[in-house]
Amino acid sequence: MAINFQHHQSAHCENGVTSNLLKHYGINLSEPMIFGIGSGLFFSYLPFLKNDGIPVTSFRPLPGVIFKRATQLLGFKVKKKKFRDQDKAMTALDSLLLQDIPVGMLVGVYHLTYFPAPYRFHFNAHNLVVYAKEGNKYMISDPIMENPTSLTYNELKRVRFAKGLFPPKGHMYWADKVSENPQIKEAIIKGIKKTAKDMTAPVPIIGVKGIRYLSKQVRKYPKKLSKKRAAQYLGKIVRMQEEIGTGGAGFRFMYAAFLQEAAEVLQQDWINDMAMEMTKIGDIWRSFAVETARIVKDRSKTDDAYNQVADILLLIADREEKVFTRLKQIKL
Amino acid sequence: MKENDVPQDDANMLEGKFKEPCYALGDDGKYTTVGSVGWDPKNIIMQDAWDAVHEKVAVIKKRVEAGELSPIAYYMEKQLMDITVLKGYTGFFSWTVKKHLKMKNFLKLKDKKLQKYADAFNLDIQTLKNKELL
Repeated sequence: MAINFQHHQSAHCENGVTSNLLKHYGINLSEPMIFGIGSGLFFSYLPFLKNDGIPVTSFRPLPGVIFKRATQLLGFKVKKKKFRDQDKAMTALDSLLLQDIPVGMLVGVYHLTYFPAPYRFHFNAHNLVVYAKEGNKYMISDPIMENPTSLTYNELKRVRFAKGLFPPKGHMYWADKVSENPQIKEAIIKGIKKTAKDMTAPVPIIGVKGIRYLSKQVRKYPKKLSKKRAAQYLGKIVRMQEEIGTGGAGFRFMYAAFLQEAAEVLQQDWINDMAMEMTKIGDIWRSFAVETARIVKDRSKTDDAYNQVADILLLIADREEKVFTRLKQIKL
Repeated sequence: MKENDVPQDDANMLEGKFKEPCYALGDDGKYTTVGSVGWDPKNIIMQDAWDAVHEKVAVIKKRVEAGELSPIAYYMEKQLMDITVLKGYTGFFSWTVKKHLKMKNFLKLKDKKLQKYADAFNLDIQTLKNKELL
């Protein structure tokens, strides 16, 4: 009962799952389009939420939000379910697969046997699609992989019921009703407006204001923390940026790719200029990562080095503010 | 970032399992994706985070060998868990898990409870009983 599910690799798991599922139902949108329509670009600095004792910097909205926004705007009805009983969760999955329905789900990364070891930690918001069952094996389309892979019954059960922060509890989602005629132009406009609004929100810990707030905190690191700890604080920002779902620079380039596609679909050339500016901003995020890695490698660095990376953040905030203020004005 | 500037700094972080797609500008000015095996700044920062983990594990190993902490404390750190993760997998309360992190309490554990920890760590119960630190 293998259905013809087309697997495509993507840079970010949630975009990838959404794009792969929509493609299965004939809505052919690239990863950047899903990312842009689902408003996947975001920034927040949460001083009150700590991980490993270090304040959380996040380059993305909460898990599930991109999928939810994109499917809603494209008129795609979705069903979802969580479970308490592990075996019931597997039976429910089997019965959907019997009907040839590909199923998206949240899993924990730590016990994913095919993941590279340096990336395996207790992170519970990874997305993948199960599209068939053959004997004891489930066929898996994991967006980070180049090719489809498989997991045994017990392996899949274990990752669906991973424990720790935000346990997935067997959460799964699948297409219920598919729109015949999705309003792509409207969806693009709404997606851009949402991102532009969030990134310029008058809230000190969100969007460009959040980036400025983080910059201020970074200047204080060498004053209030030990050399080792200060470097760890700074390194953590870049790990959130580059490692977990390719935040910072990677997301700017992906958003630029989205803006290029949007310019073509909407027939508005000025959006191409925005894409170019977004590309330059992505390059500045990369230089932030380069300078930060220097500090992490050589901890003897002084206040000056921290001030320098804080300045880069300020520059980014100014340029992103300009882009998103302009993009807020977008019309059909 | 231009297509040709996509970094290919391999530090075996992906273990050759796949390449990470990066969006970059092609020669025609249009975006495309290029697979990357890694990037030095990211490799440095990830390695630093792993070094910190290995340092912590080494310290705890010594404290277990000294009879102060239990093998559960060792495997919790080694498998990057914290109390929240471990209580999730075992079904014990936080304070129960905390108690079992001490060697003197660990030695009194019955097989039934030990088995839960063995399952959580994907280990044979005998490994825990023998206090093997793999």
